[in-house]
Amino acid sequence: MTDTEIAVRMRGVAKSFGKTRILNDISIDFLQGSVHALVGENGAGKSSVGKIIGGYYAADEGTVEINGETVSRFSPRDALQRGVAMIHQELQLVPELTVLQNVFLGLESQYAGVLVQGDLARFRALEETCQFGLDPHAKVARLRIAERQKVEIMRAVAREARIIIMDEPTSSLTEDEAERLHALIARLKARGKTIIYVSHFLDHIIANCDRVTVMRDGRVIHTDSMAGETKQSLVDSMLGQASEISWPALPAAPAAAVPPLVELKEVCSDTGLDGVSLTIRPGEIVGLIGLVGSGRSEIGRVLFGADRITSGSYLLDGQDQDRLTINKAVQQGLALVPEDRRKQGLVLTQTTRPNVSLASLDKISRYGVLNPRRERARVERMIDHFGIVPRRVDGDVAFYSGGNQQKVLLSKWAVETPRLLILDEPSRGVDIGARQRIHEFIVEMAEAGTAILLISSEIEEVINLSHRGYLMSGGRIFAEASCADLNVDEALNRIFHEQGADPSSPERIIA
Amino acid sequence: MTDTYLTDKPDPKITRASVGQFAQQYGVLIIIVALLIGLSFASDSFFTARNLLNILNQSAPLAIIACALTLVIIGGGFDLSTGAIFGVASVSAGYIAINVDPYLAILAGPVIGLGLGAINGLIITGFGVHSFLVTLATSLVYRGVAILITGGALIPVRIAEFSWLGRERIGMVNVAVIVLVLFMLLMMFLLNRTTFGRKVFAVGGNEEAALLSGIRTNLIKIMTFCLSGGAAGLAGVIAVSRISMAEPQAGMGLELEAIAAVILGGTSIMGGSGAVWRSVSGVLLIALIGNGFNILNVNPFFKDLTTGVIIVVAVALAASASRSR
Repeated sequence: MTDTEIAVRMRGVAKSFGKTRILNDISIDFLQGSVHALVGENGAGKSSVGKIIGGYYAADEGTVEINGETVSRFSPRDALQRGVAMIHQELQLVPELTVLQNVFLGLESQYAGVLVQGDLARFRALEETCQFGLDPHAKVARLRIAERQKVEIMRAVAREARIIIMDEPTSSLTEDEAERLHALIARLKARGKTIIYVSHFLDHIIANCDRVTVMRDGRVIHTDSMAGETKQSLVDSMLGQASEISWPALPAAPAAAVPPLVELKEVCSDTGLDGVSLTIRPGEIVGLIGLVGSGRSEIGRVLFGADRITSGSYLLDGQDQDRLTINKAVQQGLALVPEDRRKQGLVLTQTTRPNVSLASLDKISRYGVLNPRRERARVERMIDHFGIVPRRVDGDVAFYSGGNQQKVLLSKWAVETPRLLILDEPSRGVDIGARQRIHEFIVEMAEAGTAILLISSEIEEVINLSHRGYLMSGGRIFAEASCADLNVDEALNRIFHEQGADPSSPERIIA
Repeated sequence: MTDTYLTDKPDPKITRASVGQFAQQYGVLIIIVALLIGLSFASDSFFTARNLLNILNQSAPLAIIACALTLVIIGGGFDLSTGAIFGVASVSAGYIAINVDPYLAILAGPVIGLGLGAINGLIITGFGVHSFLVTLATSLVYRGVAILITGGALIPVRIAEFSWLGRERIGMVNVAVIVLVLFMLLMMFLLNRTTFGRKVFAVGGNEEAALLSGIRTNLIKIMTFCLSGGAAGLAGVIAVSRISMAEPQAGMGLELEAIAAVILGGTSIMGGSGAVWRSVSGVLLIALIGNGFNILNVNPFFKDLTTGVIIVVAVALAASASRSR
């Protein structure tokens, strides 16, 4: 092959955030006119590769060539001018403008800066390629997510992008809509465009992509033609060998006679849960196994009173929790460590001390007046318990490492042993040491009799730290398994199989 | 991935950053001290107990409003209706003092203010509208109510049982100054020593985190607006009793002065951080500038101009310091 056929060439690209290296020695050739898939587990670095090509991240090392020209440090705007457009998981449209205005934003038909007619005709021409059937005058704010995504794609096509990066394009589409998207991708390919397709949905990838790069832990495992790959071969190379992390020994599971602390029966919610039933007993660690958008976090939020149940029932200690609010949940000893610690967990304008106290102010106050000495003692106890560094009661949490921030967040709930602890991605973005400490903490809490619901994108983590697991897909629990008998391969295979087996049901996923 | 972005990076520019932080932390106090020293040299009549107490006394109503407004702003809110509440409280107190009972009038001002503040808070949380818009609108409504109460006329209130609040002294110190100090201490206590204060910081710093910690964020917001309204009412009563005249247009523009003072003191307009003493310092700084202009007999045209420039400089300093963090 000659160089002209290579749309994007990456050589030895590396990228770090702080101390964490997220990409290592990435070398990939994306051929012009091909649909090239990037696959890997969460955190493997596939979205980051897309963002480097799209100009959102600058590579620390290595070179990126676009259409034969080496580029360094460029912005999404520069990327667009070079014909690279990225379509995001979080879409970037102006909601108050119409479809037409969004598609031609910055490219309006104009004469000396004065808007003139002509956009509509251009829109119709575009529609011949795209065949989306969108109303050009509809306000984007009123469109469904799938339709907004179409607007975004039209925008890329209108800019005559030659390279289009799609990050999880089908995650919010129904099966039918996904098929239409794939038909469009085929048309774009026929016109010589290069598509970089980042996705979890292996079926979609196998059916629609020409080439595939498998990534793991920020590295490229291999790049090959799609011919010859199967779902199994992709899953195998995505997972690779087991990592060296050791797992703490789990306490014995509670006896079968122990009544459950928490029981969900056929619970549905507006956030996409569809007939979820589960139980968690005191001292038991229960894991939710599923991909992003399968409804894992939504179960946690329902249990915590953060989202409303639309049908089904929720029993806590045998009592109906029909009108649970977060405030009542906390009073009853429920705790949720949310997924995004900076956005949902910590108050970064404040120091360690108020962050640790935030959920249990009643315990350190009388008639609403705080007892500073008791508060200090509690926070010091937590700092020692978790080994939080720096060892400062009034440390500036905003500047802590990810692991220490997470420990502060865990302290908020650990300081008064909760009855139910819901952990959503407890070890995301933390270093190995903090991760081990967090794992030990989970076991400690179970030993102390806390019921634990563990949610993690790392299936390995869930399986090794849980007594029982529920397998999830599309807002449903489709199987229950004892985690001692489960391995990662089997779990992933069952999930992918479930996804494939269920094409009729429209995905109700909220990414 | 983004959360590891700011990890334990040792700060190489310790001197510059720490100077910036110091300026951000105590900038307003530094300027106040500089002004005190400068004005003392410039005029013999400046650094006297009488003049300084006079400054305090004159700024008491504004300072009371700024103290409570600090809690609103730390909680992530904004209150543009304090001037109008001041007006409603003024005329209500005047009316009650004459027609009902002067002591009841003194009590009525803060209570009415608290009620109007509660209305603000209920609209803001009930409809989920930004406090800026809600209080902008209610300030027009409240001002209209103030005018309706008197029919647009002024109410002279010459009753000793009422005017002591704004005019009397205990020893050397004006009653209004004592009220200000007590109110300031109360706000500081609420903010720093109570669970309520903690929740205010959390709601303003990260509302979602506060919510997910079991805090009833809406209730906290409503309470801050109640305090702000109550303070505006108290300030209104003090002002009426001082000038013995209740007028519906009283307190026009006071809300902006209060906001300027809070910001000048260094409380973050983004919410989540700040302090009551800062806002009082902001008020004093503005008052000192005014006093300096009077004492030095400078064209008062320059007063607002200077105040404005100092606010811009202070805010720019604070912003650059927080960027370098």
